[in-house]
Amino acid sequence: MNFNYSVEGGNFSKAGTASSQFKKVLKQLNVDPITIKRIVVALYEAEVNIVAHAWEGKIDIEVDMEKVYINLADKGPGIADINQAMKPGFSTASPSVREMGFGAGMGLMNIKNNVDSLHISSEVGKGTELEMTINLSSIISK
Amino acid sequence: MKIKDIAEILNAKVVCGEQFLNREISHVFASDLMSDVLTIDTENLLLLTGLTNIQTIRTSEMADVTNIVLVRNKAASEEMITLAKENRIVMLECSYSMFKSCGLLYQAGLQPVY
Ligand SMILES: Nc1ncnc2c1ncn2[C@@H]1O[C@H](COP(=O)(O)OP(=O)(O)OP(=O)(O)O)[C@@H](O)[C@H]1O
Ligand SMILES: [Mg+2]
Repeated sequence: MNFNYSVEGGNFSKAGTASSQFKKVLKQLNVDPITIKRIVVALYEAEVNIVAHAWEGKIDIEVDMEKVYINLADKGPGIADINQAMKPGFSTASPSVREMGFGAGMGLMNIKNNVDSLHISSEVGKGTELEMTINLSSIISK
Repeated sequence: MKIKDIAEILNAKVVCGEQFLNREISHVFASDLMSDVLTIDTENLLLLTGLTNIQTIRTSEMADVTNIVLVRNKAASEEMITLAKENRIVMLECSYSMFKSCGLLYQAGLQPVY
């Protein structure tokens, strides 16, 4: 099964709507609540990062019996030093992003802690791509 | 302790979720940082926050937080209330500061997360 969402940079009133919709899908698929939470926390952090730091983005999700694969690709400033960006506390969030409750510099770490695999690639001035996989322990009912 | 007891301690107004006031609360987390809230994995949790915008509710939805107190006279917007109702969230507004609210709830025996 495939699910696709688009994300608008800078639009905080809509930030999280993709994650919210996909959470409903996971509930319908009877994924266990602990796994749902891991998936949506990682997805939501990544979705908010597009809203906070990039211009626009696309989310493509593939669900099969064993795993959920999520690809988030954005057009944006990119990340010059991914290792530095991963460090807790590092943030370039603007004042307006901080006003929305983000900018602690914890998001990428949160993502990493909730997924089974994470791959980040980025090109400065072009954009960023996150690929993450969460294994499904319980069986999804069709 | 039930949420209705917490409402009394904080002299708080119930904005939505009246039907859930008998929920048990054992732990409290106080933060204005949404990524911090997203690290939590505790049942029967109450979130105290001074952050009053739609992301407060979105974040709670993702983190399975269903009980929220807005401190220091911050009023919830209609948009926040609608989304909170959809997610069966109890939301309270209180006039006390974050410090005073935390102090009162700690004294009443509620537990910290970390
Ligand atoms: N999609 C992205 N495009 C450009 N830069 C990004 C992107 N995602 C993350 N970054 C950069 O990495 C930094 C760290 O990201 P992280 O999600 O860990 O923290 P944050 O978004 O700043 O704050 P938080 O997620 O805690 O609210 C960001 O401040 C930003 O500089
Ligand atoms: Mg972030």
